[in-house]
Parts: sequence; C-alpha cells; structure tokens
Amino acid sequence: MKLVVAIIKPFKLDEVRQALTAIGVHGMTVTEVKGYGRQKGHTEIYRGAEYVVNFLPKLRIEIAVSSELADKAVEVITNSARTGQIGDGKIFVTPIDHALRIRTGETDSDAL
Amino acid sequence: MGVLSRHAARAAVTFSIATLFASPVTPALADTSGINAADTAWMIAATALVLMMTIPGLALFYSGMVRKKNVLATMAQSLAAVAIISVLWVAFGYSLAFVGDGPWLGTLDRWFLAGMKMDDVNPAAKTIPEALFMLYQMTFAIITVALVAGAVADRMRFSAYLLFSVGWFMFVYVPLAHWVWGGGFLATMGVLDFAGGLVVHLSAGIGGLVAAKVMGRRHGYGTENLAPFDLSLAVIGTGMLWVGWFGFNGGSALSASPRAVMAITATHLAACAGALTWGAIEWSTRRKPSVLGMISGAVAGLGTITPASGFVAPWHGVVIGIIAGLFCFWACTSLKQRFNYDDSLDVFGVHGVGGMTGTLLAGVFATTAIGGTSGLLEGNPQQLLIQFYGVAVTLLWSGAVTFVLLKLVGAFVPLRVSLQQEMEGLDISQHGEALQ
Repeated sequence: MKLVVAIIKPFKLDEVRQALTAIGVHGMTVTEVKGYGRQKGHTEIYRGAEYVVNFLPKLRIEIAVSSELADKAVEVITNSARTGQIGDGKIFVTPIDHALRIRTGETDSDAL
Repeated sequence: MGVLSRHAARAAVTFSIATLFASPVTPALADTSGINAADTAWMIAATALVLMMTIPGLALFYSGMVRKKNVLATMAQSLAAVAIISVLWVAFGYSLAFVGDGPWLGTLDRWFLAGMKMDDVNPAAKTIPEALFMLYQMTFAIITVALVAGAVADRMRFSAYLLFSVGWFMFVYVPLAHWVWGGGFLATMGVLDFAGGLVVHLSAGIGGLVAAKVMGRRHGYGTENLAPFDLSLAVIGTGMLWVGWFGFNGGSALSASPRAVMAITATHLAACAGALTWGAIEWSTRRKPSVLGMISGAVAGLGTITPASGFVAPWHGVVIGIIAGLFCFWACTSLKQRFNYDDSLDVFGVHGVGGMTGTLLAGVFATTAIGGTSGLLEGNPQQLLIQFYGVAVTLLWSGAVTFVLLKLVGAFVPLRVSLQQEMEGLDISQHGEALQ
C-alpha cells in the first residue's frame, strides 16, 4: 500500500479528482494549506505599500492506494494538475505499514 | 416641617428630572403650513442614508482593510461613534452648533431639545421639522468622528478612543459645524461648504493625520505584511457609502428640490471619475488596476465633490472626480511614503486631501445658476481666497485641538495598546471576541 500526497493548485482539484476516480481511486482527503517552493510567493501592492506574500494557498490531497495503483495515480495527478507554470506543486509517495477501516474493522488492502 | 420640605424638595427634583426627560417634542395642532411634506419625506430618507454610511458603510469599508485580528475592534469604533455622538448631539451638540448665531458658538437654548415642539423649524431649514434637521445633522457628526478612527486603526486602546471621540466631538466638530453652517464667522464670510468638505472631511483628515503622528506607527509597519483582511467587505462598504452619499450631498439641499438632484448627479459623476482615474493610474504604472485602488478613488471623488456639490454643475463633478483621483493617489502613495507616517487607512490621504481640494475647487467652479454664488471661472477670484481661508482655519483648528486632546487623554489612559496586545489583535485584547 502507498500513501500518495500531492500539493496542487486549488483550481485543479476537480480535474484531479475526476482523473483519479476514472482509474478507480474511490476516496481522498483534501486539506487547504499554504506554502511555497521555487515560486517564492508574489508581491501585492495596497495603496502603494508592497507586501511579499510568501505562503501561497494550495491544496494537499492524500490518497491511500494499493502498490500496483500508485504509479498510475501519480501519473494521472501529474497530468491533470499540470499547467506548465511555476507553482504547479509536488507529489510524494510513501509506504503504508498498516490500514484499518474503523466501521468494519477490515484491515490493509480490504480497508482501502 | 422638615419632613415636608424634604418631600417638597424631592418632588421638585422629580418634577425637574421628569421635565428634562419627558419628550419635549409634544404633539401640537398648531399651524404647520411652513413644513413641506415632500421636503420632510426626502430628508427622512436622507437622514437614514447618511446613518447607513457609518454602520454598516464605514464599518465595512474600514474593517475590510485591516487585518483579521482587528476587524471587530474597527467595527466597534464606528458603532461606538453612533451611540456616543447621538446622545451628545441631543444633549448639547445640536444646540451649540445650530441654535443661535454667535461668531464662535451657538447657545444652549435647545440642550436636550428643550422646548422643541413638533412643528418647530430651524431657520436654516424652514420647511422640515426642527427635530428632523437635528437628526440629519446628527448623522454628519457621527460619521465625522468615526472617520478619524481609520488613521489609528490597529493600535488605539478602546477606552482612549472613547475619551478622544467625546473630546474631539466637543472641541473640533461642534465649533466647526457652527462656524461653517450654523451662522458662525466662516459662514458670515461666505465660505462655501455644501455638505462638509471642511466640517467633515478636512477636519477628520487632519485630525487623523495628527493622531497617526502622535500614536506612532503600527508594529511591523514597512516590514511585515499588513495586507487587508478582506477587500470584499471594503467594496461592499464603499457601495453603501456611495449610495449613502446621495443623502449626504443631496440632503444638504435640505429640500426635495432641483438643487438636491444637481448635487446628487455631480456626486455620482465624481465618484465614477475618481474610481476610473485611480484605477487608470495603477493600470499604467503598476500594470494592474487594484480593487482597493478603484474603491479608494471612488471615495476620494465623493469626499472631494462634497463641499462643491450644491454649487457646481453636474459635469464639474467629472472634472473634480479626476482631480480627486490624481491628488489623493499621490497623497496615499508618494506623500505618505515621503513623510513616513502611518495613517493606517489613509484618512488624511483620501478625506483630508479630498476635502481640502474640493473646498478650493468649489471656489473655482461655483456657478450662480446652481448655488447662487460665482467662483473663479465666473470671474469671482475673491471666492477662492475665502475658500483658502476656510481651509486654513480648519487645518489649524482641527490639527491643534486634536494634538492637545490626545496629550490630555494620554495623561489619563495610555493611547496605545501594549505591544503584546497589538500582536495578538485588538479584537481579543479590547473586546474579548474574535473572528474564527
């Protein structure tokens, strides 16, 4: 099992969700986050006063998938979240040791 | 005997208190032919419109421009101004400003509206009930006091703000209103100020500038991100101010008349021209017209046309709005940076500079066809000099009295919250509430 964590631009959520649903990913957790990478924020000007906004709004998507599906999931997230502009985000994949569905007590791949 | 006299004394006190608080506006069946129903209806509407300018208008406009942790505290300042100034206006403000025609101050004949009957009229507005004229003018006093708070947003202690507001109302607003509108020495000289370029905008603007200097800059000014919390609130607030300004300037005709319509037309055009001008400057110099810029331009246009609105032709509103956009933009960006003062919400840059500019422009564009007075363009340069005099008096009086008041209040209560409270936000530290 793998945990795929993707940091994406907020307006790309629907595309990413549709693409993941199409390959059989049935659930996801989405969190509103702020951060920066090479994009280094942007400058805003209010009545002449300039402010550098370092932390830009992003979405953090977490999906737990079987190991076989992980590569495919990464591929569709990459394709659907890409704009080609700086700040498109990142994807991290980590192993999951154990998983459990709270309602039924099913474990590991049955719980995904 | 002693008991009897105590009873008598108590009865006398009870009677006098009852007389004081019994509604002095008593029903009367006397002749009300001077009172005009159309004028009265319009002025009731105008009064409501101007009251709407403070809460929710100014409260939203201001609180949208501060940080999230200071939103409620900023709204509280507008709300408190409505509550306090209304009571003080009825108690003595109205009487001192608009009853009697001494050069410096009116009289206390109408304190607590003493003796005011339902069909009484004020000589300044003979076709509407005096109580309505009193209420209408009350809304001006309220918004003027509330305007000043924008300069010291994010850092003034609420208790100090309350004391300062009471003092500022008593010693800056009331005398100025009398001098310009109540038959005082500026009125006698012929200073033109239709709806408050001097009394409202310049006095609040210069008061705000002095307060900003005395209070010092906000923690993190120039180094930290002090960006507005929610400009959408400020846009909604601007819309309410804009609509409310129809009552502000249109109502200042004190009648449902063609002059009121001319004033409203010029007002609307000035707001539009101001918004377009500020936006255009930003577009050309910074590649994007900001929303804050466009609403700032609109308010600048509104503030600048205010003193001139009942004296100039509608198209002058466009010219005055463009000049307002140019001058106020320069004041809020270049001038402010050059002198390095922290007027948090640009009360001086928008209202002070706008009020001053508009008052002078009234002396330039005034036309006899609208207000019965000619300005520079109609061959009366004298009017422009009189306008300069009005500006100078307002600048000096409001500036000096604001300074003294702040020093006085500061002797009793610290003017600023502590650094820790400022970092935490005024909502929690001053009011025990916060937006989640």
